[in-house]
Amino acid sequence: MKDDARLSEEETMLRSIEAMLPRFEKNRAQLIPILQAIQEEHQYLSREAMRLVADYLEISPSEVLGVATFYNQFRFHPPGRHQIKVCLGTACHVAGGDIILENFERKLGIREGETTPDREYSVERVACVGCCALAPVAVVDDKVIGHMQPSKIEGLFLQFDLQREQEKAREAGEEADAQAGS
Amino acid sequence: MHKLDPEKRLALLAEEARKRQAQASREDVPTLRIVMSTCGLAAGAAETRAAFEEALERRGLEARIVAVGCLGHCYAEPLVVIHHPASGFPPLCYYNIDPGKARMLVDSFLLDGDPALEYVLGAMVPNDLLPAVTDFPRFSMEQRVVMEHCGAIDPHSLDDYLALGGYGALATALGRSPGWVLDEVARSGLRGRGGAGFPTGRKWRLAAEAPADSKVVICNADEGDPGAYMDRTIMESNPHQLLEGMALCAYAVGAEEAIVYVRAEYPLAVRTIQRAIDDARKAGLLGERILGSDFSLHIRVFQGSGAFVCGEETALIQSIEGRRGMPQHRPPYPVEAGLWGRPTVVNNVKTLSTVPAILTRGAHWFRSIGTEKSPGTAIFSVVGNVTHAGLVEIPMGTTLRTLIFDVCGGIPKKKAFKAVQIGGPSGGCLSGDFLDTSIDFDSLTEAGAMMGSGGMVVMDEDSCMVDVARYFLDFTQNESCGKCTFCRIGTRHLLLILDRITKGEGREEDLELLDTLSRDIRDGSLCGLGKTAPNPVLTSLRYFRDEYEAHVREKRCPALKCRALTAFYIDLDKCARGCDACVGCCPVEAIFTTRGRKKAIDQELCVKCGECVTACPPEYDAVVRVSPAHLAPIIERPQPSEGRG
Ligand SMILES: Cc1cc2nc3c(=O)[nH]c(=O)nc-3n(C[C@H](O)[C@H](O)[C@H](O)COP(=O)(O)O)c2cc1C
Ligand code: SF4
Ligand code: SF4
Ligand code: FES
Ligand code: FES
Repeated sequence: MKDDARLSEEETMLRSIEAMLPRFEKNRAQLIPILQAIQEEHQYLSREAMRLVADYLEISPSEVLGVATFYNQFRFHPPGRHQIKVCLGTACHVAGGDIILENFERKLGIREGETTPDREYSVERVACVGCCALAPVAVVDDKVIGHMQPSKIEGLFLQFDLQREQEKAREAGEEADAQAGS
Repeated sequence: MHKLDPEKRLALLAEEARKRQAQASREDVPTLRIVMSTCGLAAGAAETRAAFEEALERRGLEARIVAVGCLGHCYAEPLVVIHHPASGFPPLCYYNIDPGKARMLVDSFLLDGDPALEYVLGAMVPNDLLPAVTDFPRFSMEQRVVMEHCGAIDPHSLDDYLALGGYGALATALGRSPGWVLDEVARSGLRGRGGAGFPTGRKWRLAAEAPADSKVVICNADEGDPGAYMDRTIMESNPHQLLEGMALCAYAVGAEEAIVYVRAEYPLAVRTIQRAIDDARKAGLLGERILGSDFSLHIRVFQGSGAFVCGEETALIQSIEGRRGMPQHRPPYPVEAGLWGRPTVVNNVKTLSTVPAILTRGAHWFRSIGTEKSPGTAIFSVVGNVTHAGLVEIPMGTTLRTLIFDVCGGIPKKKAFKAVQIGGPSGGCLSGDFLDTSIDFDSLTEAGAMMGSGGMVVMDEDSCMVDVARYFLDFTQNESCGKCTFCRIGTRHLLLILDRITKGEGREEDLELLDTLSRDIRDGSLCGLGKTAPNPVLTSLRYFRDEYEAHVREKRCPALKCRALTAFYIDLDKCARGCDACVGCCPVEAIFTTRGRKKAIDQELCVKCGECVTACPPEYDAVVRVSPAHLAPIIERPQPSEGRG
């Protein structure tokens, strides 16, 4: 049942990638921009997605994989719903960025580069996001947070938990409304 | 057909821009300039802006809010400059403005005319009422050539740039000849700001003379040094100046295509540059027949994908061609055969952004700044253990001491200066003995560091030099493209040795080994990454050898940084009975209550995060960190059966 859901998810993604490819010239120089566009839209590059790109550009799938794995930007597994990036650039390292990363890892029970089994969170390390004066820095869902502290991490997760509960309550409320309306 | 020359066309554009500006700004309406570059946003500028808007709305006040780029004063973010003409005050610069202060300022200053001076950094211009920021060392010792308008203008407004005379150098050049641009740039003595300091005029001349129908200009905005962000800031704060520099370069060498290669981690810079390109094209300042001349130029943005080695020019070109970013043998140099085999100029953001000023004010003026061999200014991001962290632009030839202690306010928390790391993974760590070194290409290289891209990390007594060297090796080892054996295997081996030293497993012969291995890597690598990767090791080994020796011989980390060599314990004489501050903060529940009802740390569980040091109230200050680790007394946890008694 769950596998089926995943399958159709992948199916939908591939179809949308197929639809988007013709926007790009059939030219090898478009390889990286195409991969970037796919990741921007779908958060990661699946094997099948890369095969589509290879077919489209008429190059071998191993070429595509070779280029994609060379660059740190590309991800090959779906990330969590909330993406956490901990900066380990020089300034952040000196300010104890590794301790921040460890705290996230411990809290979520995963290592850097992994996603929690429920696909809620993923943790990555990055090298300098350009706010060194605010070190240590973490980027949570595209929001840069400066002067990171373990206590801020606690607050962050509390906020996420709260959000989730509110969403649940809202959904439940909507269902109730729908039932009341019928 | 009636044809205007480029300068007259530009004059018309500038006049329209000024007219539009005059219409937008009314004397009776205050203007709020909020710094909203990446750094400001990280410090909460968006929330501050929302608070201003909401408070203005609530009070029914009118004000113009302008999002500006970076002033370089990261330590004081969020920064807001308020100009309230009716109050009689000059434009005032406010620092650390959170939403609460924003709401307060609307009421006190905009409504009641009281400027709340306690939150003012200074006035933006000299005046009789209060000190101006221009009198502070941070401002007066800087000399802004490239960053002159950063933070003052709206980066999304072409009008702002035009009104200040923007694109004037391009218009003048178009009215003269490519040769004029080449001569001026050569005469100015400008050297590349991307690291190596190659004379820009010479590079351009080579490209101009290369026989080819089509040529390319690439702006290197990959900024891979993991502690530097000058290029990002310039793109986010004054993108048109960079575009003008690129256009001048393209005109000089005869290129009709240009690419800005921007690092993937800089989404705001990408958006800002893209918008600037679109606006300039619409105004006829880019695209076909620029300002009515015969010169056409198409600029596009290419996003890098996060590989440090792609900052190297040949690897960068490989990556634009859709390949793995592996450096190539030079010659041929890019100026002979670069992108798609065409002559290609690759220049750094700062290099290109300097050019408009050189052409506007003249090569002679430029040479009057800086030193004989390194004319002009240097831009650094000064971060780490320094009071006023941020971006600074200083004349070349300024000493490290002046930069760190006078311009940036020295080391905070009364700690002692230990080292400054310049040039990132390719650079070196300099000790206090080098504080009087002049900042220019040659002096820094001589000292064993490197100008590099402009990243500068200041370190106080609590930084461990072995750990810093290990950090950089970890970085370069990860980023080596793998083409050269020495770089690939050698850096891994260096890292292994440094790893074991920081873990207290170092051997006597390791220091010798680090030295020889470093030299082998330097000689056996193709590109700058491998050639310079050992620099952080070599310099720290040379200037901080005693620290290495302490790690190896005594298993002691003098800075108390390396976790395997240190331990935390609680001084029972200082611990206050019953204060539980440390217990709750420990992420691994390593703190327990002793038989005497004081607190102690279970050394088996402790992960050495240091949280308890911060948590312990300063009046007790009971948590102690020691090295070597065995100095921490072992205290047995009471058995549960002993209970609370
Ligand atoms: C490993 C490596 C990384 C580099 N990274 C950058 C960079 O991030 N930005 C940059 O402008 N130059 C970088 N360079 C230097 C470029 O190869 C090139 O020299 C420079 O862009 C030329 O511009 P300039 O003459 O304006 O300095 C790097 C070089 C090496 C070897
Ligand atoms: S020195 Fe290192 S990064 Fe440079 S080409 Fe050789 S292996 Fe690649
Ligand atoms: S250093 Fe960290 S892990 Fe160790 S006792 Fe203190 S808070 Fe706990
Ligand atoms: S080192 Fe972390 S933001 Fe620069
Ligand atoms: S204030 Fe602009 S980069 Fe920090």
